[in-house]
Amino acid sequence: MAQKVSVDISRRNGDTGFRGAESCPACKQLLSTEELEANYKVCPHCNYHFRIGAAERVAQLADRGTWNEIAASLRSADPLRFFDLRPYPDRIEEAEYDTGLPEAMIAGTCRIHKMDTVLAVMDFGFMGGSMGSVVGEKFWRAVDAAIETRYPLVVVCASGGARMQEGIISLLQMAKTTCAVEMLGEAAVPFVSVLTDPTTGGVMASFATLADVVIAEPGSLLCFSGPRVIEQTIKEKLPADFGRAEKNLDHGQIDMIVSRPELKDRLVQVLGMLEGGVACAIGPLWEEEKSSPGRRGALAEAIDRIKALANPSRRSPKK
Amino acid sequence: MTELKRLPTLPGVHLRNEIAKISHRLIELNHDRRLDKNVWDKVELARHPERPYTLDYIHHMFPGFIELRGDRCFADDPAIIGGLAAYMGRTIMVIGHQKGRDLAARARRNFGMPRPEGYRKAQRLMNLANKFGIPVLTLIDTAGAYPGVAAEERGQAAAISQSLLCMARLDVPTVAVIIGEGGSGGALALALADRVIMLENAIYSVISPESCAAILWKDAEEAHLAAQTLRLTSANLSELGAVDAVLPEPRGGAHRDHAAAASIIKQALEENLRELEAMHPQARKRQRLEKFRQMGVWSEGGLTLF
Ligand SMILES: [Zn+2]
Repeated sequence: MAQKVSVDISRRNGDTGFRGAESCPACKQLLSTEELEANYKVCPHCNYHFRIGAAERVAQLADRGTWNEIAASLRSADPLRFFDLRPYPDRIEEAEYDTGLPEAMIAGTCRIHKMDTVLAVMDFGFMGGSMGSVVGEKFWRAVDAAIETRYPLVVVCASGGARMQEGIISLLQMAKTTCAVEMLGEAAVPFVSVLTDPTTGGVMASFATLADVVIAEPGSLLCFSGPRVIEQTIKEKLPADFGRAEKNLDHGQIDMIVSRPELKDRLVQVLGMLEGGVACAIGPLWEEEKSSPGRRGALAEAIDRIKALANPSRRSPKK
Repeated sequence: MTELKRLPTLPGVHLRNEIAKISHRLIELNHDRRLDKNVWDKVELARHPERPYTLDYIHHMFPGFIELRGDRCFADDPAIIGGLAAYMGRTIMVIGHQKGRDLAARARRNFGMPRPEGYRKAQRLMNLANKFGIPVLTLIDTAGAYPGVAAEERGQAAAISQSLLCMARLDVPTVAVIIGEGGSGGALALALADRVIMLENAIYSVISPESCAAILWKDAEEAHLAAQTLRLTSANLSELGAVDAVLPEPRGGAHRDHAAAASIIKQALEENLRELEAMHPQARKRQRLEKFRQMGVWSEGGLTLF
């Protein structure tokens, strides 16, 4: 199932352009490429988060050399023979070329600060991060891997919504990914989503908002209907902060906002806490785990034992 | 075609109409068929102002219907109605989008476009049904979830995703019938069911043909073309495996004879419920999750899977 794939970020659009300086769209300060990259593509003056691609995100989150991509050979088909100014397969090909990615999501297993994790990351640069059959299937495979290994699932979202070119099939990916979340929930495997700029439409209205803990990046646009659609409906201009992460936090739609440089630490803290809840339920066995070197030794076995008692039909995880 | 699109548009030069004309020609060539007038007829039938709405079906199918209102959080959303009904020796929970027949009703029902309260009411009622082993019937008929600032602030996205999760989780049998417009996530939120059935002249789509045309050709007038390429008719969706069954409508369309349309749905409901009720709840849920797992077309290692 898993295969070693080295992530090549040099093919990404942003990196093929000139390397030198870039001005921050928010505070207009001139920032050198080195300065930006050292700060996770966040403006050190005003905390503006530049959009980053999936490969770069993986490089920021995964411990070096631990990324194993899964379902890497999945490719979109053209079920509708969608008629457009350009054929759908052409658009896919162009997106592949531009991003160096096979689809709008990559998934794999990795370690985040030594913690085994299943990680799926979306890329807005690939057809607006739109969700079609491949994104849906990759999400399902990531969930399958999380259930099988009992590693927690982290999904970094960036999407304009469903992929129109796959018609109803793309809409049904919302149902498909939701069913996957339900399976993950049955298995009590922790699931954390990280919402980045922008996460809207069908992704926002399915797995992105169904995680156990929902984290957002500062300033990201998070909504179901985009600002333009709403402006057309109500015939009014929306304030600039409409749907931003900070507004969502105020309105109780997300758990927390975490800046990109702190994300890796915070993810591990949250995942550790969620797994600690399971540890608490099994009492003295926790001691056994603490003294054993492997993170998934006695504790993981004990969790499985308890779950098997609670639900005998549960299949035992494969080693 | 692509080249044409790439040409910079000069002031005073209108390429768009030319592009649209060529688009028509290409759709004919690519799809081995003419721009199909029947497709747009279906869109108009699905939106026909005299087409039976959820309350009309309830009137004909469930005389003892008791409406239950409110989401217990914020408000009652008249764009979604729900309640209990006696049905062939059992109780059933009926939930559906509701458009308005006249101007006042349309405004009150918000043109059948739900706000988060509607989806939260639906979840409350589905969970209630689950508690007492009552099967759930949903009737889908909406242009989409309402796009508004307040709706966003109250979590329109989460209301829809949680509604989906609620339906994925139910232990009771669920049947969804797309009776008119199945518009995007706002429709799907009530359609993650054991059986998804569609009326012959209903439509079901990820985006409205008008919005699709506006995005693709920057021209909402091209909606006819968009409707065809989106493949949103019952025949298309059945072919794509997106719906489990298509029900014929009375001659001329459901609006010609509400009672006959209702009796067609009633019979299909009974047949499907009988099959679903014979299954173990866990097996039924597995089958539901597995069905939606199969949704998608992709290739892997050169093989196209469908
Ligand atoms: Zn700045």
